[in-house]
Amino acid sequence: MTFKYIPGIPLVHPVVDRCNRGFWESINNHVLSIQRCQTCGLRLHPPRPMCPRCLATNMGWEPSPGRGVVHTWVNFVYDRAGYPGIKCPYAVATVELDEGVRILSNIVEMDPADVYIGMPVEAVFTDVNKELTLVHFKKRDK
Amino acid sequence: MDFLKDKAAIVGMGIYKFSKDSDLTETDMACRSIRSALDDAGLTPDGIDGIIVYAEEDYDDIDITRAMGIGNMTYYGDVRWDGGASCSMVLRAAMAVASGSANYIVVVKSVNDASLKRVKKDWGELRSWPAAQETFYNPYGLTSDDGRIGMNVRRYIHEHNINSDSFGWVTQVLRENGAKNPNSMFYEKPVSHKDYLESKIKVEPFRELDYSCPVDGSIAFIVATAEKAKRLKRRPAYIMAGAQSMVKGTQFKTSYYKSSITDLHATEIVAKTLFEKSGVTHKDIDMLQIEDEFAPLVPMQLESLGFCERGKGVDFIEGGDRISVSGELPVNTSGGSIGEGNLHGMNHIAEAVNQLRETSTSQVKDVEKILVATGVFGPTSGLILRR
Ligand SMILES: [Zn+2]
Repeated sequence: MTFKYIPGIPLVHPVVDRCNRGFWESINNHVLSIQRCQTCGLRLHPPRPMCPRCLATNMGWEPSPGRGVVHTWVNFVYDRAGYPGIKCPYAVATVELDEGVRILSNIVEMDPADVYIGMPVEAVFTDVNKELTLVHFKKRDK
Repeated sequence: MDFLKDKAAIVGMGIYKFSKDSDLTETDMACRSIRSALDDAGLTPDGIDGIIVYAEEDYDDIDITRAMGIGNMTYYGDVRWDGGASCSMVLRAAMAVASGSANYIVVVKSVNDASLKRVKKDWGELRSWPAAQETFYNPYGLTSDDGRIGMNVRRYIHEHNINSDSFGWVTQVLRENGAKNPNSMFYEKPVSHKDYLESKIKVEPFRELDYSCPVDGSIAFIVATAEKAKRLKRRPAYIMAGAQSMVKGTQFKTSYYKSSITDLHATEIVAKTLFEKSGVTHKDIDMLQIEDEFAPLVPMQLESLGFCERGKGVDFIEGGDRISVSGELPVNTSGGSIGEGNLHGMNHIAEAVNQLRETSTSQVKDVEKILVATGVFGPTSGLILRR
């Protein structure tokens, strides 16, 4: 029941652009980085070209310990409902990180039916193929 | 008083029939629905001088007007974001005729959602837009609206400690309405609350009978000033007010980073704007035609539109009586997207026009004012229409 890719079906790749590449390059090195305004300190995810609080454009990247709790989640139960490259059932969740930003990913290493709102999680890195690494989350002890 | 109030009306309407496979291009269906709308209004292509189309990849205002020999265009444009667009398109047409930018404006949306969009593209490519948003969703297998909107609905269930069985009353009522509607994908096919409970979980928290029905089809309206409307053959549906809302932190059908992901903030603003601009109050509204891509959105919007308190939407729909055709606040009397077919809110506007003309297949007596609201968890739009 744990999270599995189905071989032979290409995963949907992110569109890496000049705004978000800091995130994806960091993930390739197994570090979760969150965008941060270097002027006012606001943390943002997903990345944006400008700080919505102070309109500065000097956005930087800050490594995150990758710890947080599940804010909400869905469980792709039915085998024709989800993305065909991932074995159903699988869980998609937003995680509220300790530093206050949310990030969307999969919950791995457990039965998706057992995920719950408020569940403590931590980041793990999955090398999907030669070109793509993703950050996932797994349940952690308090 | 708002400058736009009662200045414009929907004077013509055409529907190209809903099906599972149109075997036509979206441009073709758009033209056919516009041809019907012209017939309905008693106009010819020569009379049309404006067009607003839904922003789709597969058709545009040039192709449509060329195909129909429409010239003399003085106003054109497109709008996007599904339900966030439908009422917006009518609002823009109303503003354009009220300002004198054009006289008779076609508003059209055409979709092959049931046939062509189901054909799998290369799954390795990002298949959803906007890319800036979906690039952080699609790689995790979040590629469809059930997953996207299920995230917000799950949190809503959690925050208000809701028994999701209650959502089945929406489906029962909407399928009951759709069963009476020959244009519906579920004509003569009602379902019960019991059927809802027995329908299988597809993307938890949604059961199969929470879903709207994707269709092929097209709907067109013609908008003109109230003055011109009086000289045409059909009873006008006057536009008392129109509203759009896009709030801080908006994404398309997701908006997961707002402080609350369950409050339908944009819907609240649309309602507030509509009531202020029209000068009417909640008790003046005879029925609702509202977003129902998934059943739980109905109780959520009843709250956000101000027809009941926060967290009390499921009490309102319990048993289905209050939202049924004979209830105190009928909802989606054509069946809406769940009971008729999902044309992204255009079908909701069409049903409002039918009710005001007294031509609905689930006609409610003495309907005078209808609130239409479409789009959730992203750009949202609404109208108040009257007889
Ligand atoms: Zn800043």
